[in-house]
Amino acid sequence: MIQADLTVILPEIVLALFALLALVAAVYTGKDKLGPTLVWVTAALMLLLGLWIGTAPAGTQEAFGGMFINDGFARFAKVVILLSAALVLVMSQEYMSRRGILRFEYPVLVALGVVGMLVMVSAGDLMTLYMGLELQSLALYVVAALRRDSVKSTEAGLKYFVLGALSSGLLLYGASLVYGYAGTTLFSGIIQTAQHGEVSIGLLFGLVFLISGLAFKVSAVPFHMWTPDVYEGSPTPVTVFFATAPKMAAMGMLARLLFDAFGNAIPDWSQVIAVLSLLSMFVGSVAAIGQRDIKRLMAYSSITHMGFALMGLASGTVFGVQSMLIYMAIYVTMNIGTFAFILMMEKDGKPVTDINALNMYSKREPGKALAMLVLMFSMAGVPPMLGFFGKFYVLRAAYEGGLAWLAIAGVVASVIAAFYYLRIVYFMYFGKDGEELDTHRSPVLWLLLTASAVVMVAGIVNMFGVDGAAAAAAATLLN
Amino acid sequence: METIILFAPLVGAILAGFGWKIIGETAAMWVTTGLLFLSCALSWVVFLSFDGVTQHIEVLRFIESGSLSTSWSIRLDRLTAIMLIVVTTVSAFVHLYSFGYMAHDPAFKDGESYKPRFFAYLSLFTFAMLSLVTADNLVQMFFGWEGVGLASYLLIGFYYRKPSASAAAMKAFVVNRVGDFGFSLGMFALFFLSDSINFNDVFAYAPTLAETKLTFLWGEWTASEVIAILLFIGAMGKSAQLLLHTWLPDAMEGPTPVSALIHAATMVTAGVFLVCRMSPVMEFAPYATGFITILGAITAFFAATVGLVQTDIKRVIAYSTCSQLGYMFVAAGVGVYSAAMFHLLTHAFFKALLFLCAGSVIHAMHHEQDMRNYGGLRKKIPFTFWTMVLGTLAITGVGIPLTHFGFAGFLSKDAIIESAWAGGSTFGFWALVIAAAFTSFYSWRLIFLTFFGTPRGDKHAHDHAHESPMVMLIPLGVLSLGAVFAGMLWYNNFFGHADQLGEFYGIPVAEATMHGDAGHGETAAHGETTAAHGETTAAADTATEGHAAEGGGHMVFAGEPGQGALYIGADNRVLEAAHAAPAWVKVSPFIAMVLGLLVAIWFYLVNPALPKKLAESQRPLYLFLLNKWYFDELYDAVLVKPIVALGRLLWKRGDGKTIDGFLNGIALGVVPFFTRLAGRAQSGYIFTYAFWMVLGIAALVTWMSIGGGAH
Repeated sequence: MIQADLTVILPEIVLALFALLALVAAVYTGKDKLGPTLVWVTAALMLLLGLWIGTAPAGTQEAFGGMFINDGFARFAKVVILLSAALVLVMSQEYMSRRGILRFEYPVLVALGVVGMLVMVSAGDLMTLYMGLELQSLALYVVAALRRDSVKSTEAGLKYFVLGALSSGLLLYGASLVYGYAGTTLFSGIIQTAQHGEVSIGLLFGLVFLISGLAFKVSAVPFHMWTPDVYEGSPTPVTVFFATAPKMAAMGMLARLLFDAFGNAIPDWSQVIAVLSLLSMFVGSVAAIGQRDIKRLMAYSSITHMGFALMGLASGTVFGVQSMLIYMAIYVTMNIGTFAFILMMEKDGKPVTDINALNMYSKREPGKALAMLVLMFSMAGVPPMLGFFGKFYVLRAAYEGGLAWLAIAGVVASVIAAFYYLRIVYFMYFGKDGEELDTHRSPVLWLLLTASAVVMVAGIVNMFGVDGAAAAAAATLLN
Repeated sequence: METIILFAPLVGAILAGFGWKIIGETAAMWVTTGLLFLSCALSWVVFLSFDGVTQHIEVLRFIESGSLSTSWSIRLDRLTAIMLIVVTTVSAFVHLYSFGYMAHDPAFKDGESYKPRFFAYLSLFTFAMLSLVTADNLVQMFFGWEGVGLASYLLIGFYYRKPSASAAAMKAFVVNRVGDFGFSLGMFALFFLSDSINFNDVFAYAPTLAETKLTFLWGEWTASEVIAILLFIGAMGKSAQLLLHTWLPDAMEGPTPVSALIHAATMVTAGVFLVCRMSPVMEFAPYATGFITILGAITAFFAATVGLVQTDIKRVIAYSTCSQLGYMFVAAGVGVYSAAMFHLLTHAFFKALLFLCAGSVIHAMHHEQDMRNYGGLRKKIPFTFWTMVLGTLAITGVGIPLTHFGFAGFLSKDAIIESAWAGGSTFGFWALVIAAAFTSFYSWRLIFLTFFGTPRGDKHAHDHAHESPMVMLIPLGVLSLGAVFAGMLWYNNFFGHADQLGEFYGIPVAEATMHGDAGHGETAAHGETTAAHGETTAAADTATEGHAAEGGGHMVFAGEPGQGALYIGADNRVLEAAHAAPAWVKVSPFIAMVLGLLVAIWFYLVNPALPKKLAESQRPLYLFLLNKWYFDELYDAVLVKPIVALGRLLWKRGDGKTIDGFLNGIALGVVPFFTRLAGRAQSGYIFTYAFWMVLGIAALVTWMSIGGGAH
């Protein structure tokens, strides 16, 4: 029995064991000298795990009496998480080594965080959910404060930790309310309670608290305030990590919780999610306009994008989940490319984050500027870039789910958001000639930037099959 | 083979238009011309070997949407076959002619490449025109219809540096848009009612249309009337009929080969083709066809009067075209579609010929177009002179009265005038006869002013006047053949007896059982002829064998709508009545022609001072005609000025002040305000952040307990 359960969570076990072994091995041998090697090995392992999970046969397996579910939806999310985490590690290695902040703990912590995320998206029980969430969060708190000697970095870590603790508290409070009213923590049990007649107000309160706790993780307004500060304060590679894998994990977990545990109360949570989505889209777009720091700008940009992804979820349909998954996959790809660009922005060997530094960038680096242009257009949702299709899917989902007003609001918000994306393009192509950035030659970053831009353009053919995979994944979640 | 005919010009257009930098300028010209001659040769093969049975050649699946299912296919019937030879022949020779005419165009700078563009446009036009005439459904036809409009626009505005050419191009486009609006509405109505856009289905549905009542605008009509009128509005635009004619004279801003191809021989006849193609619908719309007859007759008369006083050689011919198109519509309006097609065919030859001759004259005179500066050119350019005389003989309708022996225009024009009389349209008949006299006058006036008398105007130009190169003369020669023989050759096919027409067009015919009333078509034999429905070609075959030409009046058309290329109702006896017209009717156009000729001789050869004196003594009338009945001025005052004013208002006030102002207000006022607000909220203190989170959850919980938990 237990053996069967363990088989189901084998990928997680492998990664966790690897992280622990790596930690011990590094402590007793070369310590930080092993850092770069460890980064590459961890990345390779994640890539392999991603491939393993991605090619696993379809079908749903449950372990530990339904506390852990490995279905198509979980596999989709896991592949995105593993691949993006692997790419983030690859991106950070050179940058961190050069600045002497590549501690051997970094890849280990990322690996542990990823284990937490994998558990999150597979959670079939409130306890599993919380366990995964906390494992992930603890790893992230530490990673945010990775640069111990920098005030900003430690401040970011501390802020994230305190607010994260608050959100965990909210989540736990919600979980206990749900347990109190449903009598079980299993999702399959909770959904049974809601089946008979209406949902009790206590359960609803529990739901609201749970949503709030998770909204913090996806940085949806009004639980978003930590995002800009943490994005800005953390070392840039860590920021990339924050912007990608954990977002996918939290989104996946939110979807699973809402559909698996509260699938009978869709109208109740749909409006909450819709409001969070609306607020996120508008606050994200409006606030980003005032930003001059590209990392803060990307923080607000990610808040806006989360608003759009939540829109898909708010529709409460299979197509809505599918659109959310597609949106997240595209979002992660775009962010990796954009941050690869940001990692390359430096002057006299020091990182630069002011967008004014991009003035007339196209003259000096036409290739990179073009790739960035494609990415910015895609983020803004300009057809024919892939970003447009992501938005198109969620808008359609919202409209078909009866949330036409939300779809219209989304279009308005995306117009506002287009401003700051286009401003970057404007600076690159038409700005005043100013200080010059260093010409940075990092093949890895350059490759990721270009690849991401190419994907945004070439993906319109068939989205590399993500479309169909997301549809299949969404279907497994909703039955 | 039909597919090659259709797509060869497109291939040429693409090769010349996009590839001339690779293959070179001369090669681009040869490629387009060569492909056109290929198309032309194949078209003649198709026309001569065609047996009258409608064929559908599918090219690709076109539209699949709901109940709308249609493919892109070529409908090959007699109408298509006629149009194929008209379009490809004229186009091929115009291509060839353009080698000479466009060789050194003073409108372009040295070294500037304009020839490949010109040839590509010409070929593109030909492709569009061919897809119009080969269309098997309404949308396909509309594609061609708009395609020729586009090509026409591009070619009228070919001298894009000339403001007047650009304006003329725009005018043509805009005026055609008005007509297209009617065409689109008609098309939508047909689809709405018959649930199909394929000609076969639409035609089969035509009798039902006649019984469907529609409320449209202020009254109730049968659907076929409404649709026929709407389609005719489209035809009016394309064929420059009165009210929508103003673009055609201005279109002469384009190079002369373009005028010959598009604005004389092919595109402008698309409207006539449309009416003939839609004959099954037209036959069920007596009021609409009555309107077509009247409007055609008025146009024929109006344009002929204007043509009397114009001095620009191309404008004279343009008004002549407009007038001849009116003739064709009269024929179609009274129900003798074959006569309309007959005139379309002959007109294509002699009008293209006239235009190309005019081009040759203009070429010789260094792009001088005013006839007052010509004179005495007979000796300088003899070949052009003789071919142009042939063209004039054709258009004025010279022939031996009461026989079938004469130039092309003699046979086809007389056919139309007889049909107008037989169709019971007295007004139409007299308008056309008078117009024939005018036609004769202005055509000969053109010849006399250009080729006779003493040289006037710039002496230098006259001294250097020279005959055009061979590439321009060959097309003139070939088209002259058509202008002379086309009428005699195909008279019986187009305007013979019912059985001959039936064989030509693939329409079933049956023996009429009631003889006496063959004259007027008013008391037609209903029940008896309908009995023969269904026995299609078999009946036609036996009929042709049994009765020779003199058996006229014994045979009547008995096809169902959609059978054969044309549909002629069983009680439509206009054709027979036209053959039985009294001799004075048949001779009257000839007399009118002679009158016109004599007056022209008197005015311009015998007493050249007379026209000036007449113009002075009848000044108001002269100005009225010279200013084309003041149509342009009227439109300018009634339509153009108010619309421009409205547009300016909406632009400056509506778009500029209101919409832009609104958006600017939001973008520059509201959004930055919120941005500052959001920036202030982001204080950097953990307690603020925590406070917002608590505030958020408090709001959500309150909302849930009041709103969400209510059920």
